[in-house]
Order: sequence, then structure tokens, then C-alpha cells
Amino acid sequence: MFDPAFSPLRRAFALALPLLLLGGCDAVVMSPTGDVALQQRNLILFSVAVMLLIIVPVMVLTVLFAWRYRRGNANKVYEPDFDHSTTLELVIWSCPLLIIIALSAVTWTSTHLLDPFRPLERLAPGVPVPSDMKPLTVEVIALDWKWLFIYPDLGIATVNELALPVNVPVRFAITSSDQFNTFYAPTLAGMIYAMPTMRSELNAVLNKPGDSWGYSGNYSGRGYSDMRFKLRGIEAADFDRWVAEVKAAGGILALSNLVELVKPSERVPVMRFASVEQGLFDRTLNRCVEPGKPCMVDLMRRDMETDRGHAHAHGVPEMPPGRSAEPLIGGKPKPALEKVPEEKGSGPNVTAPAQLDPRGALEPGSAHNRDHQ
Amino acid sequence: MTDIHLKTIFGRLTWESFPIHEPILFGTFVVVLLLGLAIVGAVTWYRLWGYLWHEWFTSVDHKKIGIMYVILGIIMLLRGFADALMMRAQQAIAFGANEGYLPAHHYDQIFTAHGTIMIFFVAIPLVVGIINFVMPLQIGARDVAFPFLNNLSFWLTAAGAVLTMVSLFVGEFARTGWLSYAPLAGLAYSPDTGVDYYLWSLQIAGVGTTLSAINMVATIIKMRAPGMTMMKLPVFCWTALCSNVLAIAIFPALTAAFFLLMLDRYVGTNFFTNDLGGAPMMYWNMVWIWGHPEVYVLVLPAFGIYSEITSTFTGKRLFGYSSMVYATVVITILSYLVWLHHFFTMGAGPAVNSFFGIATMVISIPTGAKIFNWLFTMYRGDIRFELPMMWVVAFMLTFVVGGMTGVLLAIPPADFVLHNSLFLVAHFHNVIIGGVVFGLFAGMVYWFPKAFGFKLDPFWGKVGFWGWVVGYWVAWTPIYVVGLMGTARRVRHFDDPNFQPYFVIAAIGALIILVGILGFVMSIVMGFVNRTALRDVTGDPWDGRTLEWSTASPPPAYNFAFLPVVHDLDAWYDMKSRGYARPTGDFRPIHMPRNTGTGVILAGLSLSLGFGMVWYIWWLAALSSLALLAVAVGHTFDFARDTFIPADVVAATEVKRRTLLGQGG
Amino acid sequence: MTDRTWDAGEPEIAWHETGAEGHEHGGGATVLGFWIYLMSDALIFASLFAMYGVVSTGYAGGPGPRQLFDLPLVALNTALLLVSSITFGQAIPHMEAGRVGPTQAWLAVTGLLGAAFVGVELYEFSHLIAEGAGPQRSAFLSAFFTLVGTHGAHVTVGLIWIATMLVQLSQHGLSGEMRRRIICLSMFWHFLDIIWIGVFTFVYLHGVIR
Repeated sequence: MFDPAFSPLRRAFALALPLLLLGGCDAVVMSPTGDVALQQRNLILFSVAVMLLIIVPVMVLTVLFAWRYRRGNANKVYEPDFDHSTTLELVIWSCPLLIIIALSAVTWTSTHLLDPFRPLERLAPGVPVPSDMKPLTVEVIALDWKWLFIYPDLGIATVNELALPVNVPVRFAITSSDQFNTFYAPTLAGMIYAMPTMRSELNAVLNKPGDSWGYSGNYSGRGYSDMRFKLRGIEAADFDRWVAEVKAAGGILALSNLVELVKPSERVPVMRFASVEQGLFDRTLNRCVEPGKPCMVDLMRRDMETDRGHAHAHGVPEMPPGRSAEPLIGGKPKPALEKVPEEKGSGPNVTAPAQLDPRGALEPGSAHNRDHQ
Repeated sequence: MTDIHLKTIFGRLTWESFPIHEPILFGTFVVVLLLGLAIVGAVTWYRLWGYLWHEWFTSVDHKKIGIMYVILGIIMLLRGFADALMMRAQQAIAFGANEGYLPAHHYDQIFTAHGTIMIFFVAIPLVVGIINFVMPLQIGARDVAFPFLNNLSFWLTAAGAVLTMVSLFVGEFARTGWLSYAPLAGLAYSPDTGVDYYLWSLQIAGVGTTLSAINMVATIIKMRAPGMTMMKLPVFCWTALCSNVLAIAIFPALTAAFFLLMLDRYVGTNFFTNDLGGAPMMYWNMVWIWGHPEVYVLVLPAFGIYSEITSTFTGKRLFGYSSMVYATVVITILSYLVWLHHFFTMGAGPAVNSFFGIATMVISIPTGAKIFNWLFTMYRGDIRFELPMMWVVAFMLTFVVGGMTGVLLAIPPADFVLHNSLFLVAHFHNVIIGGVVFGLFAGMVYWFPKAFGFKLDPFWGKVGFWGWVVGYWVAWTPIYVVGLMGTARRVRHFDDPNFQPYFVIAAIGALIILVGILGFVMSIVMGFVNRTALRDVTGDPWDGRTLEWSTASPPPAYNFAFLPVVHDLDAWYDMKSRGYARPTGDFRPIHMPRNTGTGVILAGLSLSLGFGMVWYIWWLAALSSLALLAVAVGHTFDFARDTFIPADVVAATEVKRRTLLGQGG
Repeated sequence: MTDRTWDAGEPEIAWHETGAEGHEHGGGATVLGFWIYLMSDALIFASLFAMYGVVSTGYAGGPGPRQLFDLPLVALNTALLLVSSITFGQAIPHMEAGRVGPTQAWLAVTGLLGAAFVGVELYEFSHLIAEGAGPQRSAFLSAFFTLVGTHGAHVTVGLIWIATMLVQLSQHGLSGEMRRRIICLSMFWHFLDIIWIGVFTFVYLHGVIR
């Protein structure tokens, strides 16, 4: 919406803030390849330009007044009792107010237009999504500390590699195994939280082929810094070839090896799976990847029955019914006050030397990956 | 002794808990130990323990408590800044094959400690300290409403700071970021001592902050000098009032969030766990209901400081006093309604996001009005560019940029791109350094002669000023840029070498800020050395306008021999311009609170309770709790808490002052 | 702009308070300060209520309010606490009339009722834990135990305070300082009553009716 109209403003802004030019070609946020990120970029530039309308005069006046009314200046007017002026007061309240009204209008519309849950209406400025084009679905799962991408329509999955056909709308379903992360590929679109037990969504499209990268923006523990994935934009024709490559490479992602993959590991190299068991995203979302653990969706159904006073006739089989149910502790650690002396363990200081491990998966599942012994 | 006995006595404290294998920490430990021993030795040698105990530690004098808060803040600033330097050094070198010098285990503690310390143990003590010192003098009172509580509040804050410092050498600090978000901070993912240290330090300090806020509000409402109506209250006191009302309204949410997280960790409840029905999002909501208004708790008093200084150094009444007051009140209310903007990207839906985004932007209207008010106070003024005024101008030029990036971040789709990036980090350092820190330095320079009777050394003061201002821009401009290049916060190591020059520039900027900090410390040292030349005998070194400048520097214990009667805003300016004459006789005995050691004892017991709980030393925790209860109840049996300063002592003090002023005895 | 007069040295301006010592430390500020403290405490309870509201159906497959809550017992407990507020109210006129003995007696009755309340609550808690419905079982139970338990802890503090007051009344009688403390204590006690009405309504009644 801002694209064509504000390009002169944008140029003026670029001149006003040479720092951004300095960032120039590297500032991916300022030169994205996805249409959603592009609109967000334009929104940033527009808002900054509007705000500079008031910021610049304030800064200039500050310097000007400071200089002109300094004590050493003989040619100045000194009015020690000038402390009120209704006109001025009106101006100083209404100027910021007008700017904020303008920005509020922009905020309201852009927040609705760029709502990540909203299906895309255009592929690029002036290019609406063809009516027969179905979006590609990608299920994103943030694991400790790597990204799992499942393509349910294609029946494949990858780790730390996200390949997307250009000019095809993509619908991401996002969740996380344990920690709060954000799914963020700066060239594609804004970031969205990936949270355990919660399903987020993002609709976006990539317009140019080429490799870039994505990461988690929310600190999630020791391996967070290297929790990156390669984002590959591929022409539609080449994308089919890439899918075929993945399928040819073999490997199956099933519940049995997802259990291993979920465990903490760092700097995991790209992995590809030629076929994927159904329903892995939902199992992660419902926290029942571990065998024998009841799914949250079943527990919640049961809870609703509890509210209605049912005697759990349709309860989950592995849970004892009734009032004196055993606690479902599962993998829950023992709280501090319940620990007998032997269980207290030790509270170490930093003893590990600077970590020099080679790149690659570091013992997935090792307790050391959680930083405690 | 068997393992069971050892664990019963020492909990999870073992030899492993001490940094024997970590050269950086061990070196720091040795240096700190030697410094500590040197200080203890010096105090013993000069037989100062009695003086410190009777005159300072047990003092209920708001001025001394204020000064102790400020000293605590400055010491913790050095610690927090050391963390900042280490982070900057790591990020400047850790590219590609170079892993830097800090492993994740250590780096993650440093950024957590930096944020926690800078907010809770630097900004809060400095703000509370300055309010404590200045506010009762400005409202013409002899003390705060609850002098003992004031002492206790300070020592609880200090106990929290000590517990945080202990974590540097015994065990470790949290590795969860400065707000210790659930579920990462839950027992399942952070079982070590770090989060426990975090929770207990902040909980103990938080009680102190809440009590202090209650105290300040009651003082401003109940103890103003006769004639000082609310619309004759100095602007700094207005901002102090709003700041403390806000603190009372928000700290309970933080206390509750920490309390529930403690229960999760110690009792095994399921508030913020992923399983068994827990709701980690609720933790985020509760800490941000505290967290966003907290920025205003800090920055409002800074705004008050700028107002007082601008008015004094332009020789003018503040432009638009009443609009300034309304702006402060509006900001106070609005700041409670914006917390969700800290997680727009969690998918609350466009209507909710827009509401919180627009509410956030609306705050910039009263804030903008304040900036204009300072601007038009300068207009047609007679500006003296002494150090405090220089800070004000630097603030105005720096803060507006932070305000602009703040409004930018309040637009949800823009926040989607910039959230949790280094752009965000640059933004909040822009407002906290440019808004709060500059204000605190301005305030410390401005009121230092009131507290100690001599000005700070102007040359070193200017070194400190330029170091901070230039250092800020050099350090944080490149961080804005790398934020736009798409880098997240809290990252320890980068692959893309294109970022490196920016981080190197930022590290240089941090070193320039170091010059600023050292310059400030030197201005105190050299000020002390040259104190005869810098002495202020008038009590009014800057030609001030409010009541604190009407009494001596440093003020006598009772502040005012007679309580002033106020007729106008800028009461002291009014007194000076209408031929006020100092009273010469008819002095009366003055009713004052008596010093007490109970605050120190209660805080010490809280510290040992915290330590016992962190290390699972249950006997220590239980004994400390019992002792806390006993001492607290015991204190209520002390009914003799007041004393009188005899009239002849008051007379002698006042005569001495008149002699200094050359008005004869 | 201003309506000040500028003739220097106006003789009639009073710059100082010349009367008797005006500022009594504590004084009216104590009651105000204590009231502000109660407001901040109310916000802690508000946070706990909010937490309870968010997870109040998070039974995690375990028992819910209908299976757990024993309303007659809770009604008894509510009655105990409400009556204790009335008995505290009885102490106040005696305090104002300066009668130490009756003040102490009514305070003692209040304390006994409060102690009974805490006792019943402890019985309820131990009963639930014995059934496997302890605070670790589900988020709902965590929030229930925490909200009700925090209130109970406050009542316990109130009991210690009442005991202290009984002793100090014997020592000092009804001095100004003691009266102020009893007023604060009564505010605290009534405040806990109000919180309890919230707990009874939102947790117990609403839980069972839902």
C-alpha cells in the first residue's frame, strides 16, 4: 500500500540518514526479497519519515535555543517570567497529537493487512494471488536448538534447511517442543513466536531466488546462538527437482526418531527426510512425542467432561479415573523441597573451558546440552 | 562425615561451586577479595567501624540513606558495566571460526546479570537515592513519613545486590535473560543455582523497593510544608510521586510472578510449566505488566531532574508547569496499559495488537509535550552552561531519537521485523541511557554540593560528560544498523563477517563510555581533593529556585530550623526575591527519629534466608525465617523511637552557618 | 502569568511556621501508608486471582472443583472469618472509650475465630493432599492451593499480630501509638475478609456451579 506513493520520501529518508546507506546492501531488513517483509520495510520508512517531521525541528530548535540564549550572548531577549502561553501550549500538544493520529491510522490498517494469520492476497505489488493457486503448507517446529520443517503435502521434512518455491504463497504452521523461540527469516517476513502447546501461523511469499538465512530471535538456552537455518528461494521448476532430490536421498522421520531429534543438540547440520509419518506436528503441539505420554488435546477433552461432572467414561485409557488420580508427573523434575540430601546434587560454578568442539551435532540428548550434570 | 551429612549441612554447596578452574572469574575473585580486605583493614585501622555504624548504617536520616543508595548504585554500575565490556569484547571478535573467549555458559550469565543489575541495582537505587535525598528537602520536611522503614528498604535493596554479587563467585547467576522467562527458567530447563539467585535477590530487593515507594508517597501527601498545595509542588516531587505510585501499582505483579516461579521450582507446582496445564504466557504477561511501567518509574524522576535543572540554569520559571504535571500523570496512567507491545509477535490478533500499539504511541504525546516545555523554558532564558545543563541538552538531543525508534517499534507490523533484534536493544539503551542515565548524572552533579558542601571537579566532570555522550553514540549507532541487518539479541557468535566492523565500533564506543565513567569517578575524587576551592558556603551554589537550596550545604540533621511556609511555586526563588531574612533566634527543640540497627539485622537475615534457599541449606533458611519473625515482632516492642535535638544545639548550628555566610553571629 | 507582588521586604509575609511543632512522625501518615500497603497487597492477590482464572480449568486429567470442594466445610470457614470481623468491630468502640480489658477480650475472641479458620483450612488442605489432589497434580490445583494458602498465610500473620497486640495492650494500655496499631490491624483484618469473599465466590462457588 505504501510502495509506489512513498518512494520519493524513501529517497529523502535515505539521504537524511546516511547510516542506513552505510548498512546498504547488507541490511536485509531494508532490502528484503519477500513481499511481506517488503511491505513491513516500507511501513518502517514511512513512519520514520513522518516522525522526522517533528524530530528534526525539535533537534534544530534545541541547538538553536541553546546557542542563542546562552549567558554570553549580549543580543538576546531575557524574560524570566515567560512561563505560559496558551497558543504555544496548544501547538506543543497538537503537533505530536496530529502525528500520532496519522500513525495510528496507518497502524490500524497495516496491522490488519499484515496480520500473519491472514491469507495472502497478492504475490507482489500489483500481482494478486491467482485464484487456482493453493498455498504451500510448511509445518515449522522449533526444537532445542534446531529447526524442523515438515512439508505435509509433499511428504518430506528437513532440519535447518527451508527451501521455498518463489512466487508461491506459503502458509507456515508454527510450534515449538520446549522453549519459546521466534521463527524469523528477515528476507521473508516478520518474526512469529514458536511456543510449546501453541500453534502460530504465518503467511508469506518469497519473490526472488537465492540463499539467505533465518534464525530464532528469542533466547532459548545454551545452543540458541547457532540455532540457524538456511533459507533457499528456488524457482518453481527447480523446486520440484529439489523435492525429488530429498525423496531420493532416503531417510524416514517417524515418531521413533522424532523422540531422539527432540532432545537438545547444537549446531546440527542439514538433515533431509524422504518421508514423514503423519501427525508429528500435532503430537509435538500436544506434547505427546514421548511414548505413553497422553496428548494435551485428550486431557483437555477429559477436563471438559470433568467440568460437566461425567465419570470419565470416555477418558484416556492410560489414566486412572476418579478422584484420587495418580499425578501424571512423567519427566517432571523433583522440586527442591522434596529432595532428600543425596538428591541435592551440586551447584557448580563455571568450570568448562571455552568450548572448541568441531561443528556438527554434539551428542544429541546428552544432559550436558542442558548445561547441568 | 558421610555425603548425607555434608549435603544436610551444606546443601548443594560443594567445592565445584567455587570458580577454581575459571581464570577470568578466579582472577576477579582474588582482586575483589584483596580490595575487600584492604577496605576492611583501612576501616579497622582508622577505627571507623563505630562511626560507620552509628552515623550511617543505622541512620534513619533520609539524606544519609539517599547517599547510601547512590553509593550502592555507583558500585553496582561498575559491575554492570564490566559485564557490558565483556559482552562487547565477545561480540567484536566472535566471527566465523573464532568462537570468542566466552563459552555459552558464561556469556549467557553475563547478559542476564548485566540487564538485571543495571535495572534493579543501578537505576532503581540511583533513582530512589536521589528522591530520598532531595524530595523531603524540596517539600520542606525534616524527614520521610517512616524513617525506620526507609532504612530497612535501603538495606533490603543492598541485601539483594549482595546476593547477586555472591553469585559471581559461589555458584552461578541465571542464564535466562534479565526477565528469566518461563518455561526456560523453570526447574526442568534451569535446575542450577542461577535462577534461584535471581529470584531471591530480586524478591528481597523488590520488597525494599515497594516499601520505599509506599514511604515516599505517604511523605509527599502528608508532610509538605504549610502552604505547599499540590500545584505548588516542585516538578521533581510530582514526578517522584507519580513514579512511586506507579511502583506500588506494578511491583506486586512482579512479586507475584516471582513467587509463583519460586513455587514451581521449590514446591513443584505447575504455573509456568509446559505440562499439566501450566501457562508460561502468564509469566510473560505478569513480568511485562511490571516491566513496561518500570521504564516510566525510572524515567519520570529523570524528567523531574531535567525540569529542575532547566529552570535553574535558564533563570526562568518552568514553561507550562501545569501541562508538565498533567503530562506526568497521563504518562503514569497510560504506561499501565501498554505491556502487550512486548510480544506483538505472539499472535494476539490484529485488533488487540493495534490497541496496544496505538496506546503505546499515545504516550509519546505527553512525552513530546514535555520536550517542548523544556525547549520553551530555554527560549528567552539566560542559559548558564554548567555541567548539569550540558546533560540536559545532551539528553534532549539523544532521547528524541530513542523516542522515535520507540514509536516505530509500537507499530505491530514494524515490530514483527524489529522485535528481539539488536535494533530493539539499541532502542531501549537509547532511552535508558539517553533518558534515565543522563538524568541521573545531571541530578548527581546538580545536588552533589547540597549533599557534601562542595562542587564536583568541573574538568573531570566534563571528561565524564563527553565520554558518556560521545561513547553512547559511537556504541549504539552501529547496533541500530546491525539490527537492521537482521541480527538477533543475545547472540554469542556470528557467521557473517560483514557484521564485524559494526561490533568493533560498538566496542570502541563502550571504551569511550568507560572513559565517561572513570571521568565521573575522578570528578568526585578531584572534587574532594580540591574541596576548599570548590566549597559552597551559601547553601545555594547554582542560584536555585526550590527549598532545598534555602538550607545549608550539607543540610543539618533537622533540615530546617523552622519549617518554611510556602507562598508560590519555586518557593526559594520567591523567598529570595521578596526579601526573606533568616531567623536569628527563638529556636525550639526539634523532634527527630532515633537511629536503629534493626534494619541492618532484618536485611542480613533476609540475605541468609536467600542464601540458604538458593543452596538448599534448609536449616539455615528455617533459622533465618524464625529470626526474621522474632526480630520484626521484637522491634514493635520498642516504643522509644524518637528523640529531641535540644534548642541550644539547633541555635549553635544556625549561628555557625550565619558566621560562614558572613552575616555575623 | 502570576499575581505575585514584587515589593521587596513586605513585612507581613510569614516565611516560617512559628507555632508549636507541626510534624508528628507517623501520625496520620501511618494510616495512609498502611492503606497504601493494603492496596499493593490487594494487587498481589489480584495477580493470584488472574493466575487462577487462567488455569482454572487446567485439571490435566485430574480432579476438578466438583469432585474436590466440600462446600459445607467452606461455608463454615467463611462464617468463622465473617464473624471474626464482627467481633473485631466490637473491640473498636471499647478501644475508643479507652477500656483496655474489653478491647483485649474482643481481640482474643477474634484471634480464636481466626485460628479456627486456619485450622479448618489446614484440615481441608491435608485432606486434599492425602487424596492425591495436591498442588503438584495440575495447574488448577497449584493455583487453588497458592491463592487460598496465601490468604491463609496472611490470616496467620494477623494472628501473630493479634497476640502481639494483646501483650502490648497489657504493657502500654491504649496509648495513641497502640490505638494507631489497632486501627491498622483492623484494616488488615477486614481486608482479609474482603479477599476471602472473593475467594469463596470465584474459587469455591463458581468452581462448583460451573
